[in-house]
Amino acid sequence: MSFTPDIRLFSCHYTSQQSCADAGKELQGLDFPENIKMTRVPCTGKLEIITLLNAFEDGADGVYVVGCPTDGCHNIKGSERAAKRVQAVRDALAELDVEPDRARMYHLPRGLHPEFVQAGKEMNEQISKMGAGPF
Amino acid sequence: MIIAERKPLAEILEMVQDCKKILVLACRGCVTVCSAGGEREAEILASLIRLGLKKAGKEAEVVDDSLVRQCDREYIDTIDRFKGKYDAIVSTACGVGVNFIANLRPDENVFPALNTTFLGGSAEQGVWSEQCAGCGDCVLHLTGGLCPVARCAKSLMNGPCGGSVDGRCEIHSEVDCVWQMIYDRMGRLNRQDELNKPAPIRDWSTAGHGGPRTQIREELTV
Repeated sequence: MSFTPDIRLFSCHYTSQQSCADAGKELQGLDFPENIKMTRVPCTGKLEIITLLNAFEDGADGVYVVGCPTDGCHNIKGSERAAKRVQAVRDALAELDVEPDRARMYHLPRGLHPEFVQAGKEMNEQISKMGAGPF
Repeated sequence: MIIAERKPLAEILEMVQDCKKILVLACRGCVTVCSAGGEREAEILASLIRLGLKKAGKEAEVVDDSLVRQCDREYIDTIDRFKGKYDAIVSTACGVGVNFIANLRPDENVFPALNTTFLGGSAEQGVWSEQCAGCGDCVLHLTGGLCPVARCAKSLMNGPCGGSVDGRCEIHSEVDCVWQMIYDRMGRLNRQDELNKPAPIRDWSTAGHGGPRTQIREELTV
């Protein structure tokens, strides 16, 4: 039986800037998985641990964050902060005996680069292999 | 302030495994400042308890709220607004808060979400270090304001042990030897001579070895 995971993406406004191009159709045209629900935030440093946990409570099988490269964050340390919060979620998942890789952090260049689409595909593939989340 | 850290989730989940309605209760005092048990941490813990119980196939209603402090009777009394909404309180206060709830609500379950660790300060963002042992007989006036009881691994009172090397503690090599710090500081203050005076044998009866301590301020007991 095929399984389509529910994946939530929280992305930096700058990193995913071009995802809105052509009313989002550009992203679709690049084969970005349709089952990934994206929430754009002004800065990933604004994301709280609870936001990511709430996504799991809401039924997500996987959650990932895409922020700026650590040495190129528009808000200096925003993506670094996000990475630490994602790590805190990964640690909590491990404590609950759940695969930590259900939560991941990506640092990607700004704009819509192939890496952005690639990260989505990678996440989709990984979570599909893991199967439905335990929550 | 009082420093604390969250207990392992497995331990907390075991405490509440049979509960159907759980109140995760934050304290807006010390544990908020040290990011262990404030409103934010209680919200996170409530979410983790929900996820943990769900994974275990258990149904429970988990809500979170906070008190101004959990170490004062008048604030504990405000728990009554949650009456009927929980069958257990998971307190994210220090051990004092958990005790206070247990003292004042003798028929209600209260569980500790934190391990209370020490009295300390914020060395830098996200880092706390022990500064005071609460021993009840302060010697800081003799040691330039640096505490050998809390900050020397052996709580020595008359200078460093033989293991102090290059200003570092022999027990914890990443920790500065507090006696080296005291010696250097007293030198800067032109008070090094004071260190030649042997410290008297300490009376540790004030340090909690004689059972729980109580303090009464008559002018405040109206």
